[in-house]
Amino acid sequence: MAQKKETAVVYSQEELAPGIFSMWIITEMAASAKPGQFIAVYSRDGSRILPRPISICEADPEEGRLRIVYRIAGAGTQEFSGYVSGDPIDIMGPLGNGFPREGENVFLIGGGIGIPPMLELAKQLNCEKQIILGYRDENLFLRDEFEAYGEVFVATEDGSVGSHGNVLDAIRENGLSADVMYACGPTPMLRALKEYAAKEGIPCYISLEEKMACGIGACLACVCKTRDVDSHSNVHNRRICKDGPVFPAQEVDL
Amino acid sequence: MISTKVNLAGVELKNPVMTASGTFGSGAEYGEMVNLNHLGAVVTKGVANVPWPGNPTPRIAEVYGGMLNAIGLQNPGFDVFASRDLPFLRQFDTKIIVNVCGKTTEDYIDVVEKLGDQPADMLEINISCPNVKEGGIAFGQDPKAVEMITREVKRHAKQPVIMKLSPNVTDITVMAKAAEAGGADALSLINTLTGMKIDIHKRKFALANRTGGLSGPAVKPVAVRMVYQVSQAVKLPIIGMGGIMTADDAIEFILAGATAVAVGTANFHNPYATEDIVRGIEDYMNLYGIQDINELIGAVAKADTEG
Repeated sequence: MAQKKETAVVYSQEELAPGIFSMWIITEMAASAKPGQFIAVYSRDGSRILPRPISICEADPEEGRLRIVYRIAGAGTQEFSGYVSGDPIDIMGPLGNGFPREGENVFLIGGGIGIPPMLELAKQLNCEKQIILGYRDENLFLRDEFEAYGEVFVATEDGSVGSHGNVLDAIRENGLSADVMYACGPTPMLRALKEYAAKEGIPCYISLEEKMACGIGACLACVCKTRDVDSHSNVHNRRICKDGPVFPAQEVDL
Repeated sequence: MISTKVNLAGVELKNPVMTASGTFGSGAEYGEMVNLNHLGAVVTKGVANVPWPGNPTPRIAEVYGGMLNAIGLQNPGFDVFASRDLPFLRQFDTKIIVNVCGKTTEDYIDVVEKLGDQPADMLEINISCPNVKEGGIAFGQDPKAVEMITREVKRHAKQPVIMKLSPNVTDITVMAKAAEAGGADALSLINTLTGMKIDIHKRKFALANRTGGLSGPAVKPVAVRMVYQVSQAVKLPIIGMGGIMTADDAIEFILAGATAVAVGTANFHNPYATEDIVRGIEDYMNLYGIQDINELIGAVAKADTEG
């Protein structure tokens, strides 16, 4: 199904940790959404004209609901965090390519607000999964929900829980290995994982983010630098919203 | 039966609504959501003779009631455009207006000549992009340069030529007159207003390019004023743009003197904006019993004269 914009309805919303919200949305998009895809969420305040791209955390096609988990990063997400059950919410989606699904024994790695999209992927990947989650502190949002899908390892920046440091510290401390890596999180983390994957000689799929306007590949705002000339742009740029957000790590410059 | 047909330098559009260059690609992406057959014209993202990589990211930032962009005219170059984008657009019953960019006069002429045997109905010459160091606005802020580039393009163009003007000038009517003197067939205005945003938490520029072009509802009153002023200063038909979000906004531009209107930033807020505006203009005409949309063009000035 192609993407579309619709006025959907908020099913429920809760705060998982300070500033981190989980919202279930009643929408037909639940039927076609894939892990790693995202939706564009529009503000109802006309002074904020651009939609906010937010990754899909879970899809429940039977109930017709999508879940997003997001951090308040400004006035737009502040507004969304105030929505309650029954409120209308303007969304467009599902957008982007989503994660491939390959590998026998994989790493699912999420850092900070890059953690949510890994949940639906964890649910859908039918293989050995080692889930490595990086947090700032002891606010381990979604951690328990990952337990059902694989062994979970935690790293915290302040050392309050699990390995002190980042997700790579957790991988090393626990002596983990994999044949495919999937990751979403801050750019320095993705850069380190790209290097790690190259050294290990394994495929690594990373989900990127960038400021977006159209969300569908028309405006060329959210490009990333690519190793090769891209067939659409005919230069070393790919569109994160349309060609991504998931890319093989070795094909993009971070 | 009302008529929404307008004539732009000899090219008849089924309605005055077109897309604003750079916001709509070549229509392939929005075409999945919008019926391109319902638009008066599709104006393509600027194309140069060779591929341009554009600016570093971040390329956009939202501001109150608008946005800044500094894409930097990324484009795949003429060859890919002609082999992929023009054949795509040709499938639809809409006019094709190709936006042309260049770093030098020769670059512009190269593209214009190559477009001579292509299925383009009109050419829109971008001499007003604020986000590239060479070409773009460098041509658009000096009346002598505007007249010169217009004359050169006209000498080589097979299709009617629209010059797209920058608002980043002291008096836009001077530039409009210069384009008219150079032989332009029509004018597009306004391109974006140069702006800046600073992230106070990081103490950094929001855009990698530091400055960017402001668009969206925030610029609309400036754009309406400029369309009005230019319509009073020259005889050329005008494509009005700048913050058009709704049919009401489009009507405002037409009343100010625009023959057609372009919808840009609104697409990002509402992907169906172009079609919604086409329908809304018809509703307005029905509401006021307007049979022919041409009655509305510049009608604010006429009403004023009639007292």
